[in-house]
Amino acid sequence: MLEPHYPRAYIHAAATTRYGRHEGRSALDLMADAANQALAQSGLQRGEIDGVLCGYATTFPHLMLADLLSEKLGLQPHYAHGMQMGGATGAAMIMLARTLLRAGTCRRILVIAGENRLTGQAVDTSIQTLAQVGEPDTEVPNGASVPAYYALLASAYMHQTGVDRETLAEFAVLMRQHAASHPHAHLREPISVDQVLASKPIATPLHLLDCCPISDGASALVLSADEGPVQVIGDGQAHRHQHLSAMRDVLDTGAARACARALAQAQLRTQDIDYLAIYDSFTITLIMLLEELGFAARGGAGERLRRGDFAVSGALPLNTHGGLLSFGHSGVAGGLAHVVEAWTQLAGRAGPRQIDRRRRALVHADGGVLSAHVSLVLQAEDMA
Amino acid sequence: MTTRHPLDLQRCAQCGAWWALRPYACAACGGTTLSWQRATGEGVVIARSDVHRAPDAQWRALTPYSLVLVQLDENVTLMGHAETGIVIGQRVNGRTTEINGRLLLKFEARHPP
Repeated sequence: MLEPHYPRAYIHAAATTRYGRHEGRSALDLMADAANQALAQSGLQRGEIDGVLCGYATTFPHLMLADLLSEKLGLQPHYAHGMQMGGATGAAMIMLARTLLRAGTCRRILVIAGENRLTGQAVDTSIQTLAQVGEPDTEVPNGASVPAYYALLASAYMHQTGVDRETLAEFAVLMRQHAASHPHAHLREPISVDQVLASKPIATPLHLLDCCPISDGASALVLSADEGPVQVIGDGQAHRHQHLSAMRDVLDTGAARACARALAQAQLRTQDIDYLAIYDSFTITLIMLLEELGFAARGGAGERLRRGDFAVSGALPLNTHGGLLSFGHSGVAGGLAHVVEAWTQLAGRAGPRQIDRRRRALVHADGGVLSAHVSLVLQAEDMA
Repeated sequence: MTTRHPLDLQRCAQCGAWWALRPYACAACGGTTLSWQRATGEGVVIARSDVHRAPDAQWRALTPYSLVLVQLDENVTLMGHAETGIVIGQRVNGRTTEINGRLLLKFEARHPP
């Protein structure tokens, strides 16, 4: 039997602003910056964009951000709305864009996120806003926050697998090394394992340099049903809980389930992947995801790192822009920056930062406390 | 915020499963009749963190404080505070304590009966 023919989804353009401190610039200013860059790069006319998907901004909780942005950007899409899935929002917008392109609902979609999370609010406000992903009656009133949720998770995971603080620190160091050569990265000054270990405790076992910074910045991509340099060939989600206290098993958070769905769609196996873009809100997040996704044995992510596998020149380059831990975290845009980097490297457009050409990237993002999971498989069309 | 006792949990009338996070349906059997019942507060510590960076000024005054996740004997997980020296794997007993004007749980080492 012939399979029905669906249009395909390609990423045509991807851009970020510089991440870090943008004094006096609003969430909209930053989003527009990234969007204008991505649109210019795509070579498309504004009238050709018929879909707009937009991530929420904690500093600018507007009721219909995608319409507002469309107006400000001179776009009149057929389809537009905002999305909220915490850190998984960026990858989820790419997944939805692919679905809309394949269904024929849209032909060319702008995916955009950004906010002034660093300069637009007090640090306490940012921490309190994020803490609300916790349970309002049984978790948040304990004086808990997102770093505390992840610290509890880290303690349980480290107890079960033997991962130690030094290994966490090595991932922070790797992300900083990768950020060093990216002109848009928030944190580029080299750090050592000893510095990570000696940084001030936030919520043990996590110290300051185990945590991503809070940044201002924006990311944008243009997807199209017309052929482009990178195709999205698989996607999958999993949602097993919202709250940490409802997590059934720290070894089965949902990450592997989402990834299995994405790989099955792409008809690929884990070993066919040669580039990784993995969410890294904390060092423990990165290690847990790498191991659950099957890119390292349980308790074995550190060993792969020490073999050099995750380096820019390694077998499985990981977050070559520096990830949330060093490129920076400006909410939804931070997670989207992983997709921008994966696209840039797969498309061979990273300029002086270009790594050996790669064929297939696995993007994985989580929202909440490893609550919402989204996996994507990207393929370089000229390498396929 | 809640006025309930922190050890008041919900129990499914259909299958007897306990739930700590106030669901509208039992995730084990799909039952929607859930009644309040008090848990013993006894269980095992599965996670622990000492919080040094508090979310607000009120909590900052109390840093560092220890948070734990405890797997209760009723097979639910609850978050609470812990006395110093509590470690993962240890059997504990939760009692209520007032911190910052809220009735919270504090877990301490379980003393033999």
